Amino acid sequence: MSSFTRQGSLKLIDIEKAARRGTLYVMESRLRTMGRFIFSLISSSVLNPFFYLVSLGIGVGTFVNSKAGSAGIDGVKYIVFLAPALLAAVAIQDFMSEVTFPVLQGFKWEKLYFAMNATPLTGRQIALGTYFSSMIRTIGSIVIYFMVLVGFGAVNAKDAWPMALTSLYAAACFGAIMLAAAAAAENDDLFLNLMGRLLIMPLFLFSGTFYPLNSMPAPLRLIGWVSPLWHSTELGRWVSYGHHISPTMIIVHFIYLLLLLVVGLSWAFNRFEYRLSK
Amino acid sequence: MAKGLTKKYGEFIALNGIDFSVQKGESFGFLGPNGAGKSTTMRIIASTLTRTSGDITVLGKDPEVSGPEIRAHLGVVPQQDNLDQALSVSDNLYIYGRYFGLPRKFIRSKIDELLDFAALTDKRDSKVEALSGGMKRRLTIARALISEPKILMLDEPTTGLDPQARHILWDRLFRLKEQGVTLLITTHYMDEAEQLCDRLMVMDKGSIMAEDSPSGLIKKFSTKEVLEVRFGSDRNAQVAEKLKTLCERMELLPDRILLYADDAEKVLDEIHKIGLHPVTSLVRRSSLEDVFLRLTGRTLVE
Repeated sequence: MSSFTRQGSLKLIDIEKAARRGTLYVMESRLRTMGRFIFSLISSSVLNPFFYLVSLGIGVGTFVNSKAGSAGIDGVKYIVFLAPALLAAVAIQDFMSEVTFPVLQGFKWEKLYFAMNATPLTGRQIALGTYFSSMIRTIGSIVIYFMVLVGFGAVNAKDAWPMALTSLYAAACFGAIMLAAAAAAENDDLFLNLMGRLLIMPLFLFSGTFYPLNSMPAPLRLIGWVSPLWHSTELGRWVSYGHHISPTMIIVHFIYLLLLLVVGLSWAFNRFEYRLSK
Repeated sequence: MAKGLTKKYGEFIALNGIDFSVQKGESFGFLGPNGAGKSTTMRIIASTLTRTSGDITVLGKDPEVSGPEIRAHLGVVPQQDNLDQALSVSDNLYIYGRYFGLPRKFIRSKIDELLDFAALTDKRDSKVEALSGGMKRRLTIARALISEPKILMLDEPTTGLDPQARHILWDRLFRLKEQGVTLLITTHYMDEAEQLCDRLMVMDKGSIMAEDSPSGLIKKFSTKEVLEVRFGSDRNAQVAEKLKTLCERMELLPDRILLYADDAEKVLDEIHKIGLHPVTSLVRRSSLEDVFLRLTGRTLVE
């Protein structure tokens, strides 16, 4: 009934090639899994901005515009002010969810990473594969969100497209930290609670998302300063409608985010290798 | 293969300087209770756990230096199935083959063969969640075979399976053995060890207690037959003294007395002659359980 033959995989396994491409193999697997949920991923990417734009852009926007008169906020219509923040927020959130849930699943729930590590794949490749597949999903989300924004007339595609890049940059930098944090989290419940309640909500609300950060009292502005969303939003506003920031601050925004990336990835490599060999 | 292999977790010594070697094509078992150091040994061989001291080579290489090269030729079946629940049966095999860098075409033809081998062909497109425990176990084994490994490592392959599922699995493993795949198996089931292993290493508390073929171990550490008698738990200890002289060796367990002799029927006759009448009596051949009891003073499955 069964025949188990050797078809010569021993010759087919090219360890050097596998070592070079390991990250790609992990990405292939992650993207295949995402493909299973493609419908829900896309619909959340479309519906989420749609609802925000209707409620905030139109609802709050009408109110703000009527108060502020033709000057709007920061010299532009409210929806133009809001758009870069929403795009940055969705990029950060999507990137974050793709580097946290799969990591908890990999180390804790289904222990998939241990199965991967029983092959020639190394901890570093598994970390990078997870990271880059999150990036691909985030690019997809940004593209969809951006098209919705354009469709709504919130932004002008020709002028505003660089804010897609700044959003991706910030999401990728912060995603590196979250990748490491999820790999370091031994207690998944605690981690998810902390992330959901103490991280996502305050970041979203206190990062100058819905009104300029400096209209808040000084202590609360601190949250914005550490928040990747604020740095990303500032850059997005700068590139999309010429929001005024000093050259020093532009550099500060870029460097701060870059620091998150470098620290995050090296911490992540360390945690992945540690968890897999424990 | 291994010399003075030691693993410590802080003060706790999981492996206490063990030596062993496994030949190509051999089916080698690590037998011992939970916490004996079997899984630790397996993970060190599989180059996913670093050793504290000692030397080990797997396929001629040091796992700490050449982990990926060694793992390229191992098939690993962990104690707990770690299949991707969101993917179908065949996708699980497919992505695993890709992790080894195998060409897509090769993997596709291999999947057909492995599904047949694991008797899962009609479950090909089912999600893993929907499989029974025995099916998941067979899929995990099939997955480990996707790269045609030189060594297949199975950590407690049949723990938690019902008797029928165990027998199907043993049959499959037996076929692999016939095809010359080196098998490394940990188990705390003596029947499994007897069925599958050419050679066994009995482990307890991080040390090797004995090493030989199953029949060799029994010959060395036990008699041919065993007589099990019960007098009721309160009387067992009482009569034990009188029985001691009738056999080569005696073990007094809480619920029964084991009398070791080459002819157990004869011992039973003599018990009757001295006027003792056990509630139940059973004559059986010696097993690895008896070997383990002799070596450690404890039973395997407690």
